[in-house]
Amino acid sequence: MLRFIIRRLIIIVPMLFIILSLTWVLIRLAPGNFYTAEKKLSPAVEQNLREKYGLNKPWYTQYRKVLWNMARFDFGTSLKYEGQSVNQILWRALPVSAALGLSAYLIALVVGITIGTLAALRQNSWIDYASMALAMIGISIPNFVLGPLLVLLFGLTLFWLPPALWDGFPSKSLVMPAVTLSAIYIAYIARLTRSGMLEVMRSDYIRTARAKGLSEGQVVVRHALRGGLLPVLSFSGPALAFLITGTVVVERVFALPGLGNYFINACFNRDEPLIIGIVAFIAISVLGFNLLVDIAYGFVDPRIRY
Amino acid sequence: MADETKDQIHEPLHTGPEFAVAEDDHEVVEAHPVAGSSLWRDAWRRLLKNKLAVFGMIVTLLIVLASLIGPAIIRRATGFTYDFIPKDTALTKSFAPFRATNGAFSWTHPMGTDNAGRDMLARVLSGGQISLMVALISTLVSLIIGVSYGATAGYLGGRIDDLMMRIVDVLYSLPYVIIVIVLLALLPAKSPTGQLAELFFALGAVSWLTMARIVRGQVMSLKNQEFVLAARATGVSTAKIIFRHLVPNTLGPVIVYATLTIPTVMLSEAFLSFLGLGIRPPRVSWGSLAAEGAQNLAIYPWQLVFPGLTMALMLFSLNFVGDGLRDALDPQMRRE
Repeated sequence: MLRFIIRRLIIIVPMLFIILSLTWVLIRLAPGNFYTAEKKLSPAVEQNLREKYGLNKPWYTQYRKVLWNMARFDFGTSLKYEGQSVNQILWRALPVSAALGLSAYLIALVVGITIGTLAALRQNSWIDYASMALAMIGISIPNFVLGPLLVLLFGLTLFWLPPALWDGFPSKSLVMPAVTLSAIYIAYIARLTRSGMLEVMRSDYIRTARAKGLSEGQVVVRHALRGGLLPVLSFSGPALAFLITGTVVVERVFALPGLGNYFINACFNRDEPLIIGIVAFIAISVLGFNLLVDIAYGFVDPRIRY
Repeated sequence: MADETKDQIHEPLHTGPEFAVAEDDHEVVEAHPVAGSSLWRDAWRRLLKNKLAVFGMIVTLLIVLASLIGPAIIRRATGFTYDFIPKDTALTKSFAPFRATNGAFSWTHPMGTDNAGRDMLARVLSGGQISLMVALISTLVSLIIGVSYGATAGYLGGRIDDLMMRIVDVLYSLPYVIIVIVLLALLPAKSPTGQLAELFFALGAVSWLTMARIVRGQVMSLKNQEFVLAARATGVSTAKIIFRHLVPNTLGPVIVYATLTIPTVMLSEAFLSFLGLGIRPPRVSWGSLAAEGAQNLAIYPWQLVFPGLTMALMLFSLNFVGDGLRDALDPQMRRE
């Protein structure tokens, strides 16, 4: 187990290297620069800017600086948000995205597992059909359509919830974004839970548990769920990657000051340090989370040994 | 239908093409296509039994047809196109669905118009053309990469397979959407057509991984069978064995997965277009229409509702078709 973790940790380093290099190359391949605007700068000003930001140095010096910055996790100052370091922006935006992502995922887990289990226990009943139809709708409505529709209904017609506002973690302003983001995960998790539970409920150890005289509730909660939720657990790894793309959209729809919103703005502004900082941060969290899921898998499923 | 099944049962001898050639018998030649296509016929029959899949196919077909010929019909009938802005300034504003200038009922714009007075129906249908095209071509790109990669890895096996699959594992855990965003934001193509090509490539290049895994698994289970051995014994080259003999046999799962890739890619395109990174004006897609609609949500909700719901309906039916195909073609894959 320990060897497995160490091996995986070592792989993370070259992967980060690849991601950062790719991002940096893309930024450099792109024509123009962050100071390119409609109004052309005078050559003297441009020269000064290039010197200030080290753009006149050869590419390998600049590239080395990017890697060195990454190693120290200090990405310098943002080019557009003046006087703010990238780290400051990261630490300010992270709680927003984390609160959004985690609450969406929690909602998805609770609702999705409940729906999926109910559907599996009453297979081929109307509960089953209704919940699977609901899941299909959840998968099919893009979050950038669902979000605005919710805003229209609850924000602009019924006036129950604020249409676009950030009010900190436990607040009314988080409800609509979190629900919007969670819809597709509810659907996926419900489908995964259902198929996982259907398979487990037919297995021998469930028959044994029933034969021991356990109540149906105990059989489901103590025995079946543990095996039936394995697909959900392995979905959690890729889910984080999806969750990040989801937060990008949802943060834009609801104008939340999260990582995704900053990331898109940074890309449009060609704010190189900020782009690299956010990409690095997202890459680390995705890679780290995948590792955590693999470790958790080993604990939940005793058949898996590394 | 029952008769056909009976025929198949009574003709066990004429299943292989060799026999059909050897015996120059008219009856056998006629019977051959029935026997040869029985797998597909069975699958088709199972698919037709699945009500949701049939519903999905019908709706998909309707939306595809409407997108393909709708814009031309609308132009013939009314003169509206997706980028037609009326000259009369009284008309260059957003009308609600079925409403004319004076607010009375009118058939002119069944989905209303956008801020510039462009007909929403024409825009939604033209957007459908682009969305469908991006989804199809990107899926094709991912199909080509994924199938050749997976088949090669699976057939060669050993160290090469290990290395190739390690690469897939590594790519799997990359947050590639982030890199696609950087790519499209920083390197926007010069022309709208170039942007389309960039989208095909970017979306296709990131969605082949699962396809590669599926094809590899299939090829690995096939490569030790007699027909491959026979091909090798007669001196067929490795590349030919892979693409002539192995790949056609993986078709079932490949079709299923490709059908499930189409809605995913469509969603990715819409996601990128929504962020302003995908399709750019004057071209429209469902994603970029939804983005425009979301901006005018409070006053002109129909600008979001129609493209959004059309797209949701399309994804909904495509997913049903994909699920139905999976159940029909490969009953063992039903577990997912």
